[in-house]
Parts: sequence; structure tokens; C-alpha cells
Amino acid sequence: MNPPTFTATPLVRRKLRQERLARAVLAGMVLAMVLPLAAIIAYLVVQGAPLISWSFLTQNPSNGMRAGGIWSALVGTIYLVVIALLVSAPVGVLCAVYLNEYARENWFTRLIHLAVVNLAGVPSIVHALFGLGAFVLFAGIGRSILAAALTLAIMTLPVVIASTKEALAAVPMSFREACWNVGASRWQTIWKVVLPNSISGILTGVILQVSRTAGETAPIMFTGAVFLKKIHDDTLFPYALTDQCMALSMHLYTVTTQVTNAPEALPYAIAVVLLGAVLLVNAAAILLRGLLRSRKKW
Amino acid sequence: MVTPTPKISVENLRLSYGHKEVLHGVSFAIAPNEILAVIGPAQSGKTSLLRCINRTVEFTPGAVMSGTVRVDGEDLMRMADVYGLRRRIGMVAPLPVGLPLTIYDNVAFAPRCAGLTAKAELDARVETCLRQAALWDEVKDRLDSLGTKLSGGQQQRLTIARALSHDPEILCLDEFSIAIDPVTTMRIEDVLQELRAHVTIVLVTNLTQQARRLADRTMFLWNGDIVEMADTDVIFGDTPRDRRTFDYVNGVFG
Repeated sequence: MNPPTFTATPLVRRKLRQERLARAVLAGMVLAMVLPLAAIIAYLVVQGAPLISWSFLTQNPSNGMRAGGIWSALVGTIYLVVIALLVSAPVGVLCAVYLNEYARENWFTRLIHLAVVNLAGVPSIVHALFGLGAFVLFAGIGRSILAAALTLAIMTLPVVIASTKEALAAVPMSFREACWNVGASRWQTIWKVVLPNSISGILTGVILQVSRTAGETAPIMFTGAVFLKKIHDDTLFPYALTDQCMALSMHLYTVTTQVTNAPEALPYAIAVVLLGAVLLVNAAAILLRGLLRSRKKW
Repeated sequence: MVTPTPKISVENLRLSYGHKEVLHGVSFAIAPNEILAVIGPAQSGKTSLLRCINRTVEFTPGAVMSGTVRVDGEDLMRMADVYGLRRRIGMVAPLPVGLPLTIYDNVAFAPRCAGLTAKAELDARVETCLRQAALWDEVKDRLDSLGTKLSGGQQQRLTIARALSHDPEILCLDEFSIAIDPVTTMRIEDVLQELRAHVTIVLVTNLTQQARRLADRTMFLWNGDIVEMADTDVIFGDTPRDRRTFDYVNGVFG
């Protein structure tokens, strides 16, 4: 007589046990990451809620930053992020295209690669000192939005290069060879096949830098951000590039450490707006990425 | 057999990747409109040989090539327009590569890269090439769907259509039939027989019977050296010059 097919032998039982254990541990790790994140956001929103309103967003700070809103800081952050990205995204992406598609593998390109990876790990305060020396003093731009945005761009550049290189390297070599085999030049190959297939990866890398740019305080502290500056909201572009500006991250630092008797909810409200702004930009970029993907039917 | 101006002539071709030499100075010539089969075990340098002919080997870091390869008597290494050279050569890789474009764009890719934009001309070219690759009937109603969504065998035929799309004078096929069923393989072999009227074909194959069916001459390449190159009848006959050739084509190769 044949034995029944599905007998739970010790081996099978051990495999099932391992399976359950692995699932539980991995799910636990996800919880360990999600719970604190949810807790932080919930705490910020609850604490900051009393202050958040439309007028909080659209009014200049007043009474020594103890009252009023955060309009000038919000606009300042938008200025800094947009200008920094306008510089770092194109330069970084084109740089990565050259390094990944054109440059030959030799000691020099390996050195560049090493430099890029190391620069990505340099603390932002070091970039701040570089920005102060190079843009504010040496180039004579002075403390301004331009100098601060350029400093932020320099800070994000290596990360954009590294992530773009990853995205380009993920496009199979066989695609490139197929193009070369029919007589396409390197640029035709890059433009028609490599870039369309790596654009979503490239965008992801750039999107991640938006939040970093918006959140950093150190690089803009020395190069163009001020404690308090009121702007008039009746013009389309309230800041000039040579102006100094307020920024949300800096404002948060100021009201928590420099201003006495500020309302307790104020720092939390600023943090919520900062988070919301970053979220908004990310959502827009993700939407754009989805659009590009569907058009390519990838 | 070798005419005064061979289509492709190779003299003392050496190729090494880093410190490893994979072709140890091979020399041969291919006449116009000839079908040359290249047979040999894995790692014998067959694919590298093809990649030397269209100079795509240059894209491999560390590849060093010496010796001369001439196409129509013109030295490959002195050609200024390497893209023009590659447009004269159709190359089919062993694994199917459907570019992530539509089926139409896959085939129209090369003509477009060469500057052809007229819609009617492109349409005609796409249809001809897909017919030659025995794929037209299966895809004619969905030319705008993605090439990468086709099955493996269909993608391989798409690759063949793309290799024909720039109207090459030389067609290099590297194991084109490993992903294709026998019936379709026979249909493509028929097309190759028709194409030889105006195309020179280099056929790398592991199917010795395929070489026997198609080739005028056959080269047996082993470990980067040409063991023997002769008329196909001789190679597959009872008395090839070299004992190893006999062993290989009869399947007793150790």
C-alpha cells in the first residue's frame, strides 16, 4: 500500500516553521519602520493643528516671529528648492550619462567615481562652508538666494549623479548592443533607448533630493537664509535672486532655539507645513513619472 | 573560390580581452554572395569574430584587436564612418533582443537612425523585413504593440527583421535559431537562400546540420584558431584534412 502523499514529515514541519518565522520577522521589521514614522507625523499634526490655517500659510511672521504666519519662509523654501534642482538635476543627469555611457573605464574615471561617492557622504555643514567660501566670498555673489541655492545644488549633485548612474546601468547592455549593431551612434542609442527606459529611475533619484534640499538648514544658514524677512505678496516673484530669504527649515530652528515665548504649537505647525510641501512636490513628481511610464507603455 | 576582391578578408586577426587572447591570428576570406558557416564548440571565438567584423567589439572595455579586416578591400580600422560600416552589416545576436519600443519602431529604428523619415518608405521597409523574417502574418494587426511583449521566438524573428531593416550587404547570424521552432527555422533558412542573391552571409551555428544545409564553405574554429576551412562537402565528408574536424562534426569530440 502506498503511504499518503501529504505526510507532515519532520523535514516538512521544519520548513513550515522556518517559513512562518521568516514571515513574522520580516513583517516585524516593516512595522518597526512604519510605526515610528506614523507616530512622528501624528504627533506633529496633533501638536501643530491649533495654529494651521490658511492665514498661517499666507501671512508674514509678526511680533518677533511669535505671531502671524510663515508666508515668507514658505516662499523662500520654494525658491531655494526650485533653483537648486534646476541646477543640480540637469548637470547631475548629464554628468551621469557621460560617466556611464561615454567614459572609458580607467584610473581617472574610477577616481571620479570615488569622488562622487565620497562627496555624497560629506556632511552638509562642510558644503555650507564651501558655499560660503566659493559663492558668497570668492564669486562675490554675497549672501543671497542664488548663493544658497547653488550651495544646495552642490550638495545634492553627487547623489543625483550616483542615483542616475544606477538607473542607467539598470538598462540591459543588450539593448545598447542591438542599437549599435544597426549603426546607431552612442547619442542615438542614449536618446532613443537608454534614457526613455531609465527616466523613471532617474526621476526617483531626483525626487528624493527635493526633500533633502527642502529640509537642510546648515548649507543655507551661512549663505543666504535670514531669521526674519517680510515680503509683499502682491508681486508674482516676491524675492529677487540677490535677496536673502527666510526658509522653513531655518525658521523652525529659529523659533525653537532663538525666540522666547513663542507659541508652543508654532514649531510643530512649521514642521507640518514643511512635510506637506515636500509631500506635495513628491506627489507631483510621482504623477509625472507615472505619466511618462504609461506613454512609453513600459 | 577566393576572388580577387573578397567581400570580407581577414588577415592575422588577433583579439584579446585584457590578458586573455581569444583569437590567435586567424586569416580567411569570404567571397561575395557566399554563405560561410562557422562551427565550433563554446569559447572558440565565434561570436568575437563576428563582433570584430562590425567593430562592435570596441564597445567592450579592454578589448584589443590587431591584424587587418577588410570589407570590399577597405581596411576596417581606417574607416572614418564606423556607423556607415555597421549599416552595411546586419547582425543577429543569439539571444533575442526586442527593444522596448513598438514592433514597428523596432524595425524602423535603423532606417530612422540613418535619416529616413518618409512614412510610406518606412512602412514598406517594415513590411518587407517582417515578411522576410517570417513574422509579418503574426504581427501585422498589432504593429504598435510593444516588441518586448512578443514571445521569445517572435522576438528573435523581430531581431532578424531589424538586422535586415537597413538593407545590409553582409548578414552575420549568431545562432539565430536557438529560440525558434524547427518549422519557422526552415522558413528563415529559405529566406536566407533567397537573400544570397545580393547578400553575403556569415552563419555561426551549433547545429552542424544547418551548416550542412546552407553553407557553401564551412570554417571549424576551435580555441581561437581555424582548424580547417573548406567546402562544406569536404568538412562534412569522410575525409576532412584534420582529424579533429571529422570528430567534431560526427559528435565524437572530447
